[in-house]
Amino acid sequence: MNIHEYQSREMLQTFGIPVPPGILVQNPVAAQKAFDELQKRYDVGVCVVKAQVHAGGRGKGGGVKLVKSGEEARKAANSILSKPLITPQTGPEGVPVMKLLVAAGVEIEKEYYLAITVDRVSACPVLIASSEGGMDIEEVAKTKPDAIIREPISAVAGLRPYQARKICYFLGFKGKQVRMAGKIMHQLADLFLKNDANLAEINPLVVTKATDEHPDGTVIALDAKLNFDENALFRQDDVRSYEDPTEEEPAERRAKQFGLSYIKLDGSIGCLVNGAGLAMSTMDIIKLHGGEPANFLDVGGSASEEAVTEAFRIILSDDSVKGILVNIFGGIAKCDTIARAIVTAAKEVGFTVPLVVRLEGTNVEPARQILEEAKADIPTMEIGKDLTDAAKKITAHSAA
Amino acid sequence: MSILVDKNTRVICQGITGSAGAFHTKGCLDYGTKMVGGVTPNKGGTKDANGLPIFNTCFEAVQKTGANATMIFVPPAFAADAIIEAADAGIELIVCVTEGVPVSDMMRVRRVLDQPRFRTLRLIGPNCPGVITPGQCKIGIMPGYIHKPPMEAEAKRSVGIISRSGTLTYEAVWQTSNLGIGQTTCVGIGGDPVRGMNFIDSLIMFNADPETDGIIVIGEIGGTDEEKAADFIKNHVHKPVAAFIAGRTAPPGRRMGHAGAIISGGEGTADSKIKALREAGCFIAESPADLGSTMHAALGL
Repeated sequence: MNIHEYQSREMLQTFGIPVPPGILVQNPVAAQKAFDELQKRYDVGVCVVKAQVHAGGRGKGGGVKLVKSGEEARKAANSILSKPLITPQTGPEGVPVMKLLVAAGVEIEKEYYLAITVDRVSACPVLIASSEGGMDIEEVAKTKPDAIIREPISAVAGLRPYQARKICYFLGFKGKQVRMAGKIMHQLADLFLKNDANLAEINPLVVTKATDEHPDGTVIALDAKLNFDENALFRQDDVRSYEDPTEEEPAERRAKQFGLSYIKLDGSIGCLVNGAGLAMSTMDIIKLHGGEPANFLDVGGSASEEAVTEAFRIILSDDSVKGILVNIFGGIAKCDTIARAIVTAAKEVGFTVPLVVRLEGTNVEPARQILEEAKADIPTMEIGKDLTDAAKKITAHSAA
Repeated sequence: MSILVDKNTRVICQGITGSAGAFHTKGCLDYGTKMVGGVTPNKGGTKDANGLPIFNTCFEAVQKTGANATMIFVPPAFAADAIIEAADAGIELIVCVTEGVPVSDMMRVRRVLDQPRFRTLRLIGPNCPGVITPGQCKIGIMPGYIHKPPMEAEAKRSVGIISRSGTLTYEAVWQTSNLGIGQTTCVGIGGDPVRGMNFIDSLIMFNADPETDGIIVIGEIGGTDEEKAADFIKNHVHKPVAAFIAGRTAPPGRRMGHAGAIISGGEGTADSKIKALREAGCFIAESPADLGSTMHAALGL
């Protein structure tokens, strides 16, 4: 589960990690006031106005603007709020922006990258750090792998002080910076473990320019991205309170309520499958035969007739769907449940597009019987003899 | 021969009184698995619908029944504890079917199981269909009837199957059975990012099993386990391997149903896995419909 930047900042602060002062606003006038307030209170000359959406690449889409006066803040806010924000991660239609963060600008001496994530291979959290901050870490990993340090963290004992020191010296921190950065690493590890995070990323972590008060500068988190394990939300009330339903695709949200795993894609062939692996490979086989999948949909093992009927409703509500492929290998899921759901969906929703059904496994015989009897009522339905036959039949329709 | 389980495996079910636990205990019993009891705290001393004894603790269940394997159906919040309880009670094979176990719980489980006293213990899952040796022992939720024991294999060949996906395993089983190929053992290692047994652990066993003529590897996007398996196959496996990777068309950054099925930071793509497996000499099934025929060809049939 993703959360907004302003929420991530809140959480970092709860764990003691310093962030630049900032104010959350929802309209241009409030943005102007926020700038004036920050200027008065912290004597800052520059602020950043940032769109609060989950999608990444906000800067590239014009969702992050540097401003030098209250007037500029108002104009920037107005321009960001007035239209959907299109970034490399949002798709061409973009996403609406409802909230903005006005954050104080910082005099940067140097930028670093700091993140904790799950290392699947060694089955423990791993801290990843680099002195090439502010950049795409995947790019750094490719071009300058030696500039990255990876330090495993014990899921039981947490980050050890010697590990934090080791990372600090690797990154080239000196003087008081070592203590400041080390503390942040501990706080971030604490946040990661206590909140069941999948990713806790500070990019960039910065050392500010030296002042008389801070001859070594200070170390603060300029931007943060947190992602949490959805399987652990049952015990993470704080994280759950950050959930923002407006950031979810409405159809995906509806599917979730019915225990379905649905992801909308760009193609024209809807699919309804049981099991995540089979659902993914059904998308693959559609593509292999020249079609494009319109969605990923796993109805799960114990799907009720009601849930499967809802699944058809969700697929059919997508206007780009020109055909549907049903691919079921009954294990715990029973083929006859699916067959009955097809009949119900035909009655309640109606299949206006071609439907190809391939059933195998538990209770396949009664299921075939049910479909045979309902054939006259569902004129667009065809039966796939096997997986390849089904894929060929449905892609032939979408090509026509 | 087979790996992991056979007709002598004595199995208990943790969470035997829950609806899924009860349903699949019956399913395993019907298949012929030697189910010897179950565990549900506070219901010790009673019996389930099949007359199996229920115990309050794993420790007691092992003492009284001599169980050496368990299948876990407890809710996700309690699964980690159930795994460690089984390990502590001396059970050698733990199959955790439960889906939705928090990753941090599994990381802690792995640290516990790293201890030397658990060296010979095997954990399968979580979020997996289980393990089956056709005709002998089924621990989990797979439909038993699609499998073919080696002695019934018309083609006189049998294969081992290792898979991250439940329903794709059924596809592989169904397709090989239809071609007259038997299965020695099928291991569903599960769809979670942090789990127990992996491809390599199963490859080692299948490689050493004289009855296993070939191996089917079914992977999916996310992580680098398939790449590591490819490396192992290249250097150590002398049997033909057929492989399929699900998720060629999956968009990056989205979790495709399984908690572990996500392409992140350019890592975990289907293409990278397919390339590694191909270079390791595996026979690649381009379509999920070709799992059986690819293995068939790899066996030289």
